[in-house]
Amino acid sequence: MLSPLATACLCLLVAHYTRRRAAIAIAGAAGLLAAAVSLFASVWTEGTQVLYVGGWAAPYGITLVADVFAVLMVLVAAMIHLVVSIYSWATVDLRRHRYGYFTFLNVMLMGVCGAFLTGDLFNLYVWFEVMLMGSFVLLVLGSQRAQLEAGLKYVALSLLSSALFLAGVGIFYGIAHTLNMAHLSERLALAAESDPWLVTSASLLLLLAFGIKAAIVPLHFWLPDRYHAPPPVVNAIFAALLTKTGVYAMVRVFTLVLPPSDYLFGLLGIMAGLTMVVGVLGAVSQMHIRRILSVHIISQIGYMIMGVALLGAPDPSTRRLAVAAAIFYIVHNMLVKTNLVLLSGTIRAFAGTEHLSRLGGLITAKPIIAALFLVSALSLAGLPPSSGFWAKLGILQAGFHAEAYVLTATALCVGLLTLLSMIKIWSEVFWKPAPEEQADAAHVAVSAASVLLLGPIALLVLLSVVIGLHPQPLLTVTDRASAELLDRENYIAAVRNANGGFHAATLAEGVTP
Amino acid sequence: MFVIMAILTGAIYAVAFYLMLARTALRLIFGLLLLAHAANLLIFTAGGLLRARPAIVPPGADAPPPGYADPIPQALILTAIVISFAVLAFAAVLVRREYDISGTDDTEEMHPNGS
Repeated sequence: MLSPLATACLCLLVAHYTRRRAAIAIAGAAGLLAAAVSLFASVWTEGTQVLYVGGWAAPYGITLVADVFAVLMVLVAAMIHLVVSIYSWATVDLRRHRYGYFTFLNVMLMGVCGAFLTGDLFNLYVWFEVMLMGSFVLLVLGSQRAQLEAGLKYVALSLLSSALFLAGVGIFYGIAHTLNMAHLSERLALAAESDPWLVTSASLLLLLAFGIKAAIVPLHFWLPDRYHAPPPVVNAIFAALLTKTGVYAMVRVFTLVLPPSDYLFGLLGIMAGLTMVVGVLGAVSQMHIRRILSVHIISQIGYMIMGVALLGAPDPSTRRLAVAAAIFYIVHNMLVKTNLVLLSGTIRAFAGTEHLSRLGGLITAKPIIAALFLVSALSLAGLPPSSGFWAKLGILQAGFHAEAYVLTATALCVGLLTLLSMIKIWSEVFWKPAPEEQADAAHVAVSAASVLLLGPIALLVLLSVVIGLHPQPLLTVTDRASAELLDRENYIAAVRNANGGFHAATLAEGVTP
Repeated sequence: MFVIMAILTGAIYAVAFYLMLARTALRLIFGLLLLAHAANLLIFTAGGLLRARPAIVPPGADAPPPGYADPIPQALILTAIVISFAVLAFAAVLVRREYDISGTDDTEEMHPNGS
């Protein structure tokens, strides 16, 4: 079964990434969004779509698989891509444009979408590299000293995590002689019975690699520096996509590929708790808006990982609830986080600084920004009526069902601290009277560019509120995605469908194209 | 052969991590280079070492003659080499650029707020 839509989605990215003009980039982003919507529609009505690239049947050729989870992620990524492209139009300076800002933005998006859609473990590695190359360039573009310094650290760590991932892939190939995720799932389940620790140690390599990418404590230390150095737009797209791709890979690999293991899920649970706490404590101690938000990403990742860790729950309906909540959280967080980072960029554009002590009085000077910020901040902290409330509620519910009380209590306290750090920004930036030297700067005349600055933000806020007031559609989607994820047979059957079952042999025993 | 390869891979990993822990950016690059090689060797070894012919389909036949080596690890390694080559080239340029701007290749001193 060929899926022309998946092809369209990827071709779009490939086709327009060499163009440099902002308008083309925005059109391309809109096109990607349209492709994602249509792909989503077809997956929703017809079930999982599979595409064999180059016409080689699974498990030999590379397979692209679009199930509800993958396509939902592509959809949200496309949405954020569009918003960020519009925002970049107004804020990215000419020099960066000339050096191909949009080109690399799109390369990165291509990597992200590829990673979401691929059905092959090695191919996932390749897409990760594509994504990382794009992000490396975006990070250092501009060649400021802080950027270069952060860039070098980031490149080194990414390479380290890629090498670990590659080693894990190598060992899995050694065990199972296949790399197709569906096929691997079947064979690893067999291998785990005879040699559980070999499979577990290879899984740990993968966990480590994805953990570095997703910035889970204790692998989180690289994140704050890197996210803080580049301009706000770049920061926003990184916050939305890069760590979440790591989380996505983790969800995919743990639900589909690896045989369930209590040891791994227990480990993940501890890491999730630590991640939440360390992240939020780091955020409370910062005095710079974007630093607060960057460190906050870590704590948010903790919530998502908690959803994955609850897969260890004995009861299948709890597992389903946990994964659905994790997916909901990822979607919500991608939207809200992008938004807050973009807002901090806007505050900088208007007030000239992002340091809390030098800001103030924006509630009278810029009431619209204040209102937009308030809604997103409350959403991040998980108060109704916003998407954050439902995301957090789902995670906590799953936690109680799984009887993971310590973890759930941690999540609750961290939610409170999140609110505290958001209130801190609110009171410092908006509520307190403006410092003397800042009073004039806050009233700088703002041109038509402000529509481009605020438009995308308003759009995202609206989306978050709509999800908050009317969560049912998204809940249905995440529930179905979760059900599909937990039902391995469905995925395997979809991949297998076209060629009537995996060839019993591997390539080592002979194959015809 | 298997044992030798395993020890060799382990040794390269050790050297790579040792180099990566150094403060000099240049050593970091070499460490990453060796790390990529070690991962490649690992795939090669894990994929199975055997004395066999390359998997080439002779004209007219639709499968290679029996007794050929598994080509997939080779394909994987080839891809991985190309990718790590590109990324390392980028990293080398980055270090060079850092050196131009900050005048040092010591990663501690590169930090804008550092000494």
